[in-house]
Amino acid sequence: MEAFAYVAPKSVDEAVAALQSAQSSGGRAQILAGGTDLMVQMRSMDKGARTIVDIKGIEDTNRLVIGSDEIFIGSAIASAVLNENAELQAKLPGLLEGADLIGSTQIQGRATIGGNLCNASPAGDSIPAIIANRGVCVIASASGQREVAAEDFVVGVQRNCMEDNEFLVGIKFPTPAARTSDAYLRFIPRTEMDIAVAGCGVSLTMAEDGTCTSATVAIGAVAPTALLVPEAAAALVGSKLEDAALAAAAAACSAAASPITDKRGTVEYRKKVVGVLCKRAALRAAERI
Amino acid sequence: MAKVHVQTQINGEPVDFLCEPQQSLLEVLREELSRTGTKEGCGTGDCGACSVLLDGRLVCACLVLGVEATGKNVTTIEGIAPEEGLHPIQQQFLEHAALQCGICTPGLIVATKALLDKNPNPTEKEIRYWLAGNLCRCTGYDKIIRAVQASAAELSHPA
Repeated sequence: MEAFAYVAPKSVDEAVAALQSAQSSGGRAQILAGGTDLMVQMRSMDKGARTIVDIKGIEDTNRLVIGSDEIFIGSAIASAVLNENAELQAKLPGLLEGADLIGSTQIQGRATIGGNLCNASPAGDSIPAIIANRGVCVIASASGQREVAAEDFVVGVQRNCMEDNEFLVGIKFPTPAARTSDAYLRFIPRTEMDIAVAGCGVSLTMAEDGTCTSATVAIGAVAPTALLVPEAAAALVGSKLEDAALAAAAAACSAAASPITDKRGTVEYRKKVVGVLCKRAALRAAERI
Repeated sequence: MAKVHVQTQINGEPVDFLCEPQQSLLEVLREELSRTGTKEGCGTGDCGACSVLLDGRLVCACLVLGVEATGKNVTTIEGIAPEEGLHPIQQQFLEHAALQCGICTPGLIVATKALLDKNPNPTEKEIRYWLAGNLCRCTGYDKIIRAVQASAAELSHPA
């Protein structure tokens, strides 16, 4: 029987080599960042032995760079650390409010937005805002690095686009232009610590006269993966976020949604609520400008 | 299965232990090191009973591998009390009857310590949100919140 093993590589290359070496010997390897999903999975549905590759000791996965053109968030940085960064909070408040909704204080001390993305839950709370901010996933493999747009990274329920010998080094975002901000809202029946029934992330650029000049809208928990909704963004661009424009954006989100009925909400309810969240998230993003 | 040799600091003291690569820090604390003050509730990061500080950061020990403690400072409930007597947070939990069965209490006290170290004068709302990951099925929480408020007052204005 294969045994569990733990390795803590010091570089991206070492991590890729560790993934490959476990696999070439017929075993299985899995990345550990915050561990808030992995540890639970290892104790319940997936107890099989594997090599755990801890990426928290790698410089690149801990890198947080807020540049004039680009923001890079390493995949091993805990959400609490991101939320304590005032500069990042000022640039991407919606991304951080999405990340901050994931679990308790204890979970925040470990969980990462990279892990949230890789785990690929349809209801992952950081994912709509990652997509709305045009996040690009930086993936390491044996042949170097490749980049995949965040909206293409998750390919199904709990499935991402990476090969077994690849891992997520970080996510980069274009630094928001002047008069640009974002917001993420989700609906849950409680006040804290629950799984989204529906969620919506919006990034907007507003001109001095209150006209929306650019928008990105992404919805979550209402389809197998979070979705970019260009029709909703198009409804907002050129408007001053009047009721008619907001209603059109909401309708576009409802139309794009293909949710399931479960104990948290019905198809009809989720489709309606995701539209309401789009309106409110757009107004909230605009208020921040 | 090869055990891993881990060197860490627990409550300020250097500690060496051997553990399986997949063992959680919670299992190591309780079963390898006999430090049973840290409790196991759910084992899946939902209840906060196993709250410890890892380099000062509040985490669930059930969601940390024992091997991840390498080179870190771990603070458990055993490290909260001074040599003699109780920490003011512990004393206030007693005085406010903020516990019944007591299983959640070590985690709540560690979480409260982390909160007051970061925010010495939290609002009730801040306390409730910070402690939302620490479940208590006995008290209904109000007495816990009062104990935390009293701890904050005592720590910022010692008698």
